Amino acid sequence: MKINLVLWNALLKCDPRIQWRNPVLMVVEVCAALCTLWAIWESATGTVPTSGGGPLPASFHWNVAVWMWLTLYAANIAEALAEDRGRAGSAAEGDADARITARRVRHYDLQHDAAARLAATEEVDSDALRHGDIVVISAGETVPADGKVVWGVASVDESAITGESAPVIRETARERAMLTGGTRVISDRLVARIIAAPGKSWKDRMVELAHGVRRQKSPNELALAALLASFTLSFLVIALTLNAAVSATAPAVTLPILALLVATLIPTELAALISVTGIASMYRLKQSKVLVTTAKAFETAGDVTTVLFDKTGTVTLGDRRASALVPVGNTTMPELVRAAMEASIDDASIEGRSIVELVRNSGSFPAGLDTSRVRVIPFSAQTRLSGVDFADGRQVRKGAESSALAWLRETGDDLPDDVMFALRAVTVPIATSGGTPLVVAEKRPDGSGRVLGVVHLKDALKPGVRDRIAQLRALNVRTIMVTGDNPLTAGVIAAEVGVDDYVGDATPEAKLELVKAEQAAGHFVAMSGDGTNDAPAIAQADVGLAMNSSTPAVHEAANIIVLDDDPTKIIDVIVIGRRTLATRGALTTFNVANDLVRYFTLFPMLFVGTFPGLDALNILRLSTPASAMLATLIYSIIVIAALIPMALAGVPYRRSNLSQALSRNLLYYGIGGIVFPAIVIKLLDMVIALFPGY
Amino acid sequence: MSGFLFAATNLAALFLAIGLLYRPLGDYMARVYTSTSHLLVERLLYKIIGADPDTPQGWQAYLRALLAFTLAGFVVLYALQRWQPFLPYSLGLPALPPDLAFNTAASFVGNTNWQAFSPETTVGYAVQALGLAVQMFLSAAVSMAVAVALIRGLTARGTGVIGNFWVDVTRSTLRILLPLSLIVALIFIASGVVQNVSGVTEIVTIAGGKQSIPGGPVASQEAIKLLGTNGGGFFNANSAHPLSNPTPWANWLQTFLLILIPLCLPRTFGTMVGDQRAGRVLLWAFVTVFVLVYVSLTACELAGRGSAPELAGAAMEGKEQRFGIIGSTLFGTATTGTTGGAANAMHDSFTALGGTVLLMNMMAGEVSPGGAGAGIYTMMAYIVIAVFLAALLLGRSPVYLGKRIGPLEMKLVSLFILVMPVISIGALALSFAIPAIHAEMLAAMNNPGVHGFTEVMYAFVSAAANNGSAFAGLSANTPWLNRVLGILILAGRLLPIALTLCLAGAFARQDRSAPGTVRLPVDGLQFIGFVVVIVLFIAIPMFLPYLMAGPLAEGLAR
Repeated sequence: MKINLVLWNALLKCDPRIQWRNPVLMVVEVCAALCTLWAIWESATGTVPTSGGGPLPASFHWNVAVWMWLTLYAANIAEALAEDRGRAGSAAEGDADARITARRVRHYDLQHDAAARLAATEEVDSDALRHGDIVVISAGETVPADGKVVWGVASVDESAITGESAPVIRETARERAMLTGGTRVISDRLVARIIAAPGKSWKDRMVELAHGVRRQKSPNELALAALLASFTLSFLVIALTLNAAVSATAPAVTLPILALLVATLIPTELAALISVTGIASMYRLKQSKVLVTTAKAFETAGDVTTVLFDKTGTVTLGDRRASALVPVGNTTMPELVRAAMEASIDDASIEGRSIVELVRNSGSFPAGLDTSRVRVIPFSAQTRLSGVDFADGRQVRKGAESSALAWLRETGDDLPDDVMFALRAVTVPIATSGGTPLVVAEKRPDGSGRVLGVVHLKDALKPGVRDRIAQLRALNVRTIMVTGDNPLTAGVIAAEVGVDDYVGDATPEAKLELVKAEQAAGHFVAMSGDGTNDAPAIAQADVGLAMNSSTPAVHEAANIIVLDDDPTKIIDVIVIGRRTLATRGALTTFNVANDLVRYFTLFPMLFVGTFPGLDALNILRLSTPASAMLATLIYSIIVIAALIPMALAGVPYRRSNLSQALSRNLLYYGIGGIVFPAIVIKLLDMVIALFPGY
Repeated sequence: MSGFLFAATNLAALFLAIGLLYRPLGDYMARVYTSTSHLLVERLLYKIIGADPDTPQGWQAYLRALLAFTLAGFVVLYALQRWQPFLPYSLGLPALPPDLAFNTAASFVGNTNWQAFSPETTVGYAVQALGLAVQMFLSAAVSMAVAVALIRGLTARGTGVIGNFWVDVTRSTLRILLPLSLIVALIFIASGVVQNVSGVTEIVTIAGGKQSIPGGPVASQEAIKLLGTNGGGFFNANSAHPLSNPTPWANWLQTFLLILIPLCLPRTFGTMVGDQRAGRVLLWAFVTVFVLVYVSLTACELAGRGSAPELAGAAMEGKEQRFGIIGSTLFGTATTGTTGGAANAMHDSFTALGGTVLLMNMMAGEVSPGGAGAGIYTMMAYIVIAVFLAALLLGRSPVYLGKRIGPLEMKLVSLFILVMPVISIGALALSFAIPAIHAEMLAAMNNPGVHGFTEVMYAFVSAAANNGSAFAGLSANTPWLNRVLGILILAGRLLPIALTLCLAGAFARQDRSAPGTVRLPVDGLQFIGFVVVIVLFIAIPMFLPYLMAGPLAEGLAR
């Protein structure tokens, strides 16, 4: 049973040898132990407890001891629960060493045997797989290492990595080609190329991280720890000096009550919950398929104000696709469509397929295409043309403008000026807008040719990229697109997706300089990239994003790795980073506000037996000192339980005006932090007062 | 109700006067600290001490210079007291005993000016003028230098240097404190404060009795006592003495002088860091705490609970008739909210809750508006904490004026806020815990019970917070109290200064200013409120359990 495991793990954490790693909770443990010893001594000697001049119920110190142990246990349960949740779904962490047998293809032939049905395979240990190896994975098998699909479509269960149980489709299409080691193929069969070196797979990194980052604290966490240590110390000093300092006027306060002061006033719940927020955010990152290699990078990501990214892979899919057909001269649209289709139907290139797709999607698919083709001419770098020859001698070609014109000139005359003029009127704007004009031409059997029209090829935007850029802007993050394209093309795409700025003709040196310039202007820069030439800029950036399929050099330079090769994942990292900080801020503010109430439920009670006038400070009108103090102690347990969900889920991150957000958060967690304990402690006191003696 | 109206008018007049001087004086001080030229006399001084005024120091060098300077001042002052009989104008007074001389030397180099003795019968003009008055200038100059070093840390970009101690302390003295004191002393003389070297005048009163009226260079010492938030009076009765604070008008002026430099330094801060909004946060946080304290103190005194006030018709016990309740509470607020420690009324005789308010004002770390210089660097600790929490609440990394608040910075301020409470409470507990000393303590307490305990607690907090005012009622001139309070003064002075300079160094080493596109809302009204809440609820709570067994037990007694 899982819940039993959590409870057991929490118990194990109470072992002083483990507990000392959390000093605040260690203090609580020592307090609880002292109370217990005191209570035993009291019972053994039959002493009637009094404190600060007032009598106490006989069972009071036992109660203090028991509830203090429970407080400690509750705090440890919080942490155990978070760890359990962090582990949930990621069996990977547990069976990291479990070996997987892979079926490696000996001599893979992409051209003739893409499915690797004929090629010989050998069974090898997954550790033996090297970068570039080809493996076959069938339904029911586990993906042996990180790779990319080269053939096939299959549904894959990635819950071991992401915790999401719904299977995902993996295929050769660029956006869905990533395979992660440790995931399971549920249906069908895949051929994949291994992209990770042994020991460097996603899973290995996750395991590394699970062991490493938990110990590694981020700068803000360390800063907060310093403040909490100061609070803790101040209340320890009170406990150690109170009786001596007031000895001239007031009777001594008992040791268990001093321990109770310490245990309730030091930031016990924060000590328990801060680590919960850390583990919870790691879990959320994992769900986003993002891996942050240092805790510092994660926090820095929350501060990022400028994001630099490559055009290719981030904004565009990286290939050109047909977006429009434009007839030239007196050609009609159906004529052009038919010719374009004829020239593309057998063309396997992305451009060719995109033309077919465009025509099909536009619903003007021409009926009765001539299928009597005698020769298919594939695209070649020399001719820069592709097309088809028909049985009746008709020829259709599509290709770069100059090549198409040269082809026509081979057999016929130069085009008439008016046609040339009309053609130019179409191709020049396409070229200047960053697109590529593909001219479609035709030759009749007699050799006389004509230009039919132009296919407008465009850098295809990734779906949803505009939304993602808008989200970055909403986070007050500036986006700069960097590309090797000419500035003109870059400008068009930049305007289309709505980035704030763009840089064209960018060399690796230029990218590095850009990062430095942004940093010098006081920005925190995130840079994503996947090519080795991006590595220097990525290393220079405050936050470097690498794709899982990036080269090892980029992996080394980066501090964030994105599993599914989506650079806009930086948004998730930024939001999760800010949310984690906000959660810690909310918890701390809440805790400080809680203490305000506790001062009034505890301090007057110390000496009210000697100085009855202090009852005026008993603002909540709690029944007796004993019930007031016990209620305050039990409240600690309740507040830990109440705050666990908040620590796990994180407080909502508001993108509104910062000043308003500050006011609102101070109201919620500051004022709320006063009202909530006041009500709960009062109710607890009313219940405790029902017991005789309290 | 007229009492409150009068109180409000007094306060308004005070702030109006400060408001008029805020810009000119604040900007003048900023120019003093940023100017690159040296006066002739300054060059001469630098040559004598062998300091290179044009080489800025890192925080360690700055601190070393400060410690050496303080040590030298301490030795000189100690020697002057021990050799008093050999000095001219000593009125035939004997040497001070070692423990008292130690206490006094610590107290005056520490800008605390706790006086465990009655000056008119203990120290002659030589010690007053050459020892005490000189240190009143220099200790205030040191505090201001530390504040300026902190400001430089915030403006430095990766250089790690925070200015030159010798330059800062010399300029604070020669260009700010001396000229201001000169003007103020003349005003004081005009308003009736004595200034002579004629010793004691013996007169025969109307009733035929004999009276000894001490004279002396009072006006000159009063000026720096207030301007430098020192508080070391020429007379034991301090500012309650008619020869040092003769009229209600002089009293108002004294209150004004106590808070003048502390309240104008935020302008200096804003000008030097190039961000007046940050300066205004300091200013309004100071003012808010001041008003809160003043209102609660005045309310306590006007309500006048207790048998004596009810019989007398007002809580006038221990207060001067010529100042009245308002003149006393306003002065009391100013003197416990700064490291002042001057007094124009017996704090011991304030109503029990009023006395608690004075005590709490010091416990808050003296940030309403704090000592000249000390106010800035004490408030800075609270502001750093507030920025840190506010940034966290907003999900951002904490950045203040372009400086990141990282683990080191937080460690330093976390220690800073602990120093004063821990050393004062620790010493208090120790004093009662050691049996032999416990007896000495009980003997020194002239009042038994909770009131006596309040007097003792006040003394320890006053020393640790470098205030120097006394609740009285405690015979503080005992071997143990002289020693322990002297040590408390030095620790309460030097530890926060060392932490502040280290913080300044940490800021100065950071070379990158923060993102210009995102500015944390750390200058708005809600942030000022947040800072005030942090001041009240982070510093004071540590003292609450002790207050329960002392002043609060007394004040809330049924």
